[in-house]
Amino acid sequence: MLEVKDISYVVDNKVVLDKVNLTIKPGLTVITGPNGAGKSTLSKVLMGIVKPTSGSIIYNGEDITNLSIDERAKKGFAFSFQTPVKFKGITVGDLITLSSFESESFISPYEILSDVGLCAKDYVNREIDSSLSGGELKRIEIASALVREAKVNIFDEPEAGIDLWSFDNLSDMFKKLKTKKDTISIIVSHQERIIDIASNIILIKQGKAQVVNSKKELSTIASKCNDCKGGC
Amino acid sequence: MNDLDNNLLNVINEDFSRENAAYNIRKDGVGIERNSTEDATIEPKKDKEGIDVYVKEGAEMAYVHIPVIITKGGFSDKVYNDFYIGKGANAIINAGCGIHNDVHADSSHNGIHRFFIEEGATVVYIEKHYGEGKGDGKKILDPVTEIHLKKNASLKMDTAQIKGVSSTIRTTKAFLEEGAKLEINEKIFTHEKQTAKTVFEVELNGNKSSAKISSRSVASENSHQDFISKVVGNSDCYAHVECDAIIKDKATVTSDPMIVANTVDASLVHEATIGKIAGEQLIKLMTLGLSKEKAEETIINGFLK
Repeated sequence: MLEVKDISYVVDNKVVLDKVNLTIKPGLTVITGPNGAGKSTLSKVLMGIVKPTSGSIIYNGEDITNLSIDERAKKGFAFSFQTPVKFKGITVGDLITLSSFESESFISPYEILSDVGLCAKDYVNREIDSSLSGGELKRIEIASALVREAKVNIFDEPEAGIDLWSFDNLSDMFKKLKTKKDTISIIVSHQERIIDIASNIILIKQGKAQVVNSKKELSTIASKCNDCKGGC
Repeated sequence: MNDLDNNLLNVINEDFSRENAAYNIRKDGVGIERNSTEDATIEPKKDKEGIDVYVKEGAEMAYVHIPVIITKGGFSDKVYNDFYIGKGANAIINAGCGIHNDVHADSSHNGIHRFFIEEGATVVYIEKHYGEGKGDGKKILDPVTEIHLKKNASLKMDTAQIKGVSSTIRTTKAFLEEGAKLEINEKIFTHEKQTAKTVFEVELNGNKSSAKISSRSVASENSHQDFISKVVGNSDCYAHVECDAIIKDKATVTSDPMIVANTVDASLVHEATIGKIAGEQLIKLMTLGLSKEKAEETIINGFLK
């Protein structure tokens, strides 16, 4: 279980996260909300990439707020970036091998790449650089997180840059993750089809988080704008 | 050859084999082993230090190894090696120099290599430089490479300075005729107070000739690197020069690119990037469980692979 307690993040006097309290249980949790609401920041706080101004993160009873990124990774956290990172000289095969290094069951680069819809033999020896398209980089990024077989999987907008043709495969992967015992999967997404398969939905709006019970409730809340009287 | 010699040889030329290969091993200024094959002949020069290597016209695949090892502290060596590659031949040439210096005095090796590559011939040239030893005497390597490529000939040069070289000035000049192709991949790592200077001068004289030059380097601690290149397009040609450097600690790097188009048909590109390791790369690898130090090492090793 992952507990977010009174997490706030303030940067340049702007409150990005405002006393967020959440309890995230195994299953598939989707974090959604308007652009700039603080969704990606919250996901980065969970992974230790962003250090919160105040509050704490508790994982299975242990306070991990001050643990570094790699220490959280060793505790079983995996993170897939919204914008994949490029490298010079490091190949797709190298990255997947590095990623799978500490996973409990060995998954070959070939297996995981075909899971994300890439023909492995065409990719393992390619460098992770600008010669790959945005969609290819994104699938490799997702594969590098999935291959870790982590206990806490965090995906920051995994659908961004993925073509519609591949989208079904992507949601199938998340459905599989949802059924994994004792595994928390958190997806930052705007996509209705991903929200459809969520066990839990969290709406972040103006830095505040609230649990939403159904997609219908989400539509009702999301359509209300606090900033203007006439609704927008 | 003793263990030290073999270790140096293995670092600078891990593919070294006496089987089916022409080779010349030079140790402390003297050729200690030499062999020629049907496809490649090695002869010592009569007028100065060095060798002439002849690869037979049409040779399907000639393997040539010419490693140099220097194990005497305070020893300076200068050698002139010429390579004559026959029409339509294919050759893989492994060179390189390893210096072990345990004393106070400086050790140096200057290899002056000239390649005369005839029409349609293809050469892969691999060169590694390495220095080691406990003494504070410098390990100095100043290689000069001159490449003449005839019509439709090609040369791919992989050159690497692994570590431990106190000071180097690496000069490479190339002259390309019609349809000739040149590809150079350079990797340099400097640390401590080392200095490395790379100078490329390439003339694309023939139509449809092309050159691709890539230099990747890492400068760490208090070291300094200079990258200087001048590519001249005198024909309907294409060249792409890329200088990419990572700096760490108090190291400094300068990049001085020049591309000269002497005709409207010359298409020349130069890209130069200097900077520290991208923070996002470190973070990505740390999300996989690598410590910051290990992530940095992985990025550098990949970059210089």
